[in-house]
Amino acid sequence: MNTETVSPTMEPSRWSKIVNSNMAYSFRRNPVAVVSLIIFVLIAAAAILAPVIAPYDPYDPMQINIMNSEYPPAWIDGALPEFMLGTDDQGRDLWSTILYGTRLSLMIGICAVALQAFLGISIGLIAGYIGGRLDSLLMRMADIQLSFSTLMVAIIFLAVTQAMFGSELFNRYAVFFLIAVIGVAEWPQYARTVRATVLAEKKKEYVDSARVLGFGPGRIMVRHILPNSLSPIFVISTVQVANAIISEASLSFLGLGMPPSQPSLGSLISSGFDYIFSGSWWITVIPGVVLVILVLVINLLGDWMRDVLNPKLYKG
Amino acid sequence: MKDMNAQTPLVEIRNLEKRFDLDQGWLETLKFRNGRFVRETRGVHAVNDVTLDVNRGEALCVVGESGCGKSTVARLVAGLLTPTKGEIHYDGARIDNRSRAEMQPLRKKIQMIFQNPYASLNPRMTIRQALEEPVRHHYPTFSVAEVRDKVTEVMMSVGVDPSWAKRYPHEFSGGQRQRIAIARALTVDPEFIIADEPISALDVSIQAQVLNLMLEAKESRGLTYLFITHDLSVVEHFGTRVAVLYLGSVCEVADTATLFSHPKHPYTRALLSAVPQLKDDRPNHIRLKGEIPTPINLPQGCPFQSRCAFANNRCSSEKPNAIHQPDGSLVACHAVEEGRLDEGMVGT
Amino acid sequence: MSLLSVRDLTVKFAMRDETVTALNGISFDLAKGERLGIVGESGAGKSITGFALMNLISRPGFVDRGEILFHDEDVVKMSDARLRELRGDKMAMIFQDPMVTLNPVLTIGQQMLETLMAHRKLSREEARQIAIVKLREVYIPSPEERLNQYPHELSGGMRQRIIIAIALLLDPELIIADEPTTALDVTIQADIMELLLELCQSNKVGLILITHDLGVVSQMTERTLVMYAGRIIEAGRTREIINDPQHPYTQGLINALPQQTLPGQKLRQIPGNMPSLTNIPPGCPFNPRCEYATDLCRTTLPEIIQYGEVRVACHEVERLHAEGARQEQDA
Repeated sequence: MNTETVSPTMEPSRWSKIVNSNMAYSFRRNPVAVVSLIIFVLIAAAAILAPVIAPYDPYDPMQINIMNSEYPPAWIDGALPEFMLGTDDQGRDLWSTILYGTRLSLMIGICAVALQAFLGISIGLIAGYIGGRLDSLLMRMADIQLSFSTLMVAIIFLAVTQAMFGSELFNRYAVFFLIAVIGVAEWPQYARTVRATVLAEKKKEYVDSARVLGFGPGRIMVRHILPNSLSPIFVISTVQVANAIISEASLSFLGLGMPPSQPSLGSLISSGFDYIFSGSWWITVIPGVVLVILVLVINLLGDWMRDVLNPKLYKG
Repeated sequence: MKDMNAQTPLVEIRNLEKRFDLDQGWLETLKFRNGRFVRETRGVHAVNDVTLDVNRGEALCVVGESGCGKSTVARLVAGLLTPTKGEIHYDGARIDNRSRAEMQPLRKKIQMIFQNPYASLNPRMTIRQALEEPVRHHYPTFSVAEVRDKVTEVMMSVGVDPSWAKRYPHEFSGGQRQRIAIARALTVDPEFIIADEPISALDVSIQAQVLNLMLEAKESRGLTYLFITHDLSVVEHFGTRVAVLYLGSVCEVADTATLFSHPKHPYTRALLSAVPQLKDDRPNHIRLKGEIPTPINLPQGCPFQSRCAFANNRCSSEKPNAIHQPDGSLVACHAVEEGRLDEGMVGT
Repeated sequence: MSLLSVRDLTVKFAMRDETVTALNGISFDLAKGERLGIVGESGAGKSITGFALMNLISRPGFVDRGEILFHDEDVVKMSDARLRELRGDKMAMIFQDPMVTLNPVLTIGQQMLETLMAHRKLSREEARQIAIVKLREVYIPSPEERLNQYPHELSGGMRQRIIIAIALLLDPELIIADEPTTALDVTIQADIMELLLELCQSNKVGLILITHDLGVVSQMTERTLVMYAGRIIEAGRTREIINDPQHPYTQGLINALPQQTLPGQKLRQIPGNMPSLTNIPPGCPFNPRCEYATDLCRTTLPEIIQYGEVRVACHEVERLHAEGARQEQDA
């Protein structure tokens, strides 16, 4: 028997492995990524903790007084001290509403992306691994889907549903409709990326090795190929979350998304838009700034991740 | 093919043929010729009419240069590819047309070791996961402790410290990874191992370790090998019999000792003479003209004729059949059959 | 006077947390027209040596100390302009993979003419004539046609010939060939090696052949350096080293070859692996794998010393030699 000379050192703990990994190292070296992550975590934490942090509940009609409408933010003359960022046209506290709106926007974005990812990854895995006619069929479907713009599909779909179910029913389930439409409209992004990775991974010998061991296609796809295709999935996920948040905001802005009674960032911007020329710019601008910052930091994190995970730039 | 041994061979490969289509989609096969559209498919003839036996307990080496179809043969036998024509029998039963479920019992018996130890282990699985997975799959009744014992035993037998089981493949060197890959194949107690260039990605000192390990496993577990390689010095050491492949066809099959002492096919001779030797510092190799043609358009007749110094009209029109020689080897060459070769060799 | 003289060449790589020494105090000379082999396994530093000689080490690597005198001019301290003059002209390099060395979007002719006209004042036609002559020298059939072909139209062996022709274009005095045939088949390898040998001999070109294949070194070179973990551990005439290696590693390397053992017998293997450059053991870098290692070997780095015909870096070389002689007497 042969004994190896390299003595096994102490097994490092999982945490120290993460801290010492190349990814963590490049993260520490990249101030843009660090700042982006801090901002993102702050926004996300504030959004998640909205019910705790927010001084008012914008969904509770009892706490809203129409008489309080259109107070400016605290640093402008004529502001009320209890409304830090002023109030909107319905008299809701803007700070509370933004917190709740961000929460809604983030949730719709993440859920829509989860749906996209689920559809796209399953379809991409199957198309890439099985190949042949099925692959052609699924990919042509993706091509057709991609040749419509997301917004166009979403507008048609949402307009039709709104007309079908009536405004009230639609408003109640608007969250789900939005998630469904944004999720379904963008799956080809995932499917194409996953398929391309699967095609590359499929040629590797560990897949042959699994086949020789008699494992079934399901097991090979999920246990062997999928874990090795995760890097590009992570990268596009960040971009997709940002895109989904923007799509949601656009649809809400067009009046096809969240109703004014449950404002997301988009519908808040939209509702303030009517008052922008009457001087109440803050109803639109402040949520707008939050939206831009949120999308920007997510995209910056995505950029950093793409640079780190790109096998051409980094060999791991 | 009659074997002197009455025992049936473990693996019989009969007239095996594999063609890969170059044109993927239906549209690509449409060509515009002489004013009308015709369907035309181009294919790579990777393996052509290969007939080979692998006897129990032997190490049959398949040698040849890149593009000769040796890896394709390995993959066909392993069931990773389906043959275009021909049959593969394992232990008397045909296996090339079986479904995945029907193959399942044989998956334990036939295992494969791959060339690149950097790609043949799943980078996202720890060594323990990689080794336990096949045991769990093929012995579903095993308890957790039994699986672990089995894996530990195999790891010990290939010289991998079981305490490393929690690590990932990238923490190991090429040689260690190849040991782990061998261990993975051995966990299901196979009897036949297909090794596709298992040492060509390794350093010289590590090659010896892995070859020794494979020899050891052969003796202790009674394994039979189908060993694919381009390295003739390894063949001489490892193989009991050798099959030389050129452009998808078998040129010569012989016992290792016979092949190295009396190579008959002109290609085998050229191949042997090209191996860089340590002691002899005068290169004295048989220069072949030209290079290996692409297997897309196979020449009619003998595949080797375009580079052979002994080729004549018969060689360019008629494909030679493998013919038994007095010393037990099989040679597919018109020149050998007609005795032209050795006359020619006297002069050189 | 020697063509190339390397003194105490040390190359380091700045890694994340530390600096790794990839080459450690390499010294050797190459006479005009001499053929030198550098043998070692992956990670031994043989390729880095080749790159360093051309001053091609780029960040994070750097030459820490030492000099590379080419015609008494230090390559390490050379200006970029002078280096460009030298590279391709007086020194040429042949890389491992002929599939990626040639630019796929330029024809063979464009690539050859570009090299020629960058270094010499030649008209297109004159350059073309020289290119054709060089292609003939490497036995390329119908060279006029090849000039208009793209690399993908040619086979691997043909491409490697063309790369050799490009290396020879300006009649260099030194060719550095880094595993020039590893990517090629055995029969093609033999052809290319024969060609390289013939060209070096007839044109009096110095050759540094970097390879892992002892057989190739044995057939191609006059002198050999054996490298291990970034150091030269044995150097001398190729014949001496192949026939009577002194360092236990060289012995192990030669003995591990399948040709050196009877068929079916266990090969004489060297246990363990080459240490990674971040983790070189104290003392002699080979000591954990060496069956002759003593306490001295585990603590003190052996200097490379003249021993008989060769230079060798081993504390126990005398004892080893005595044992070897005794075994031979017994046999």
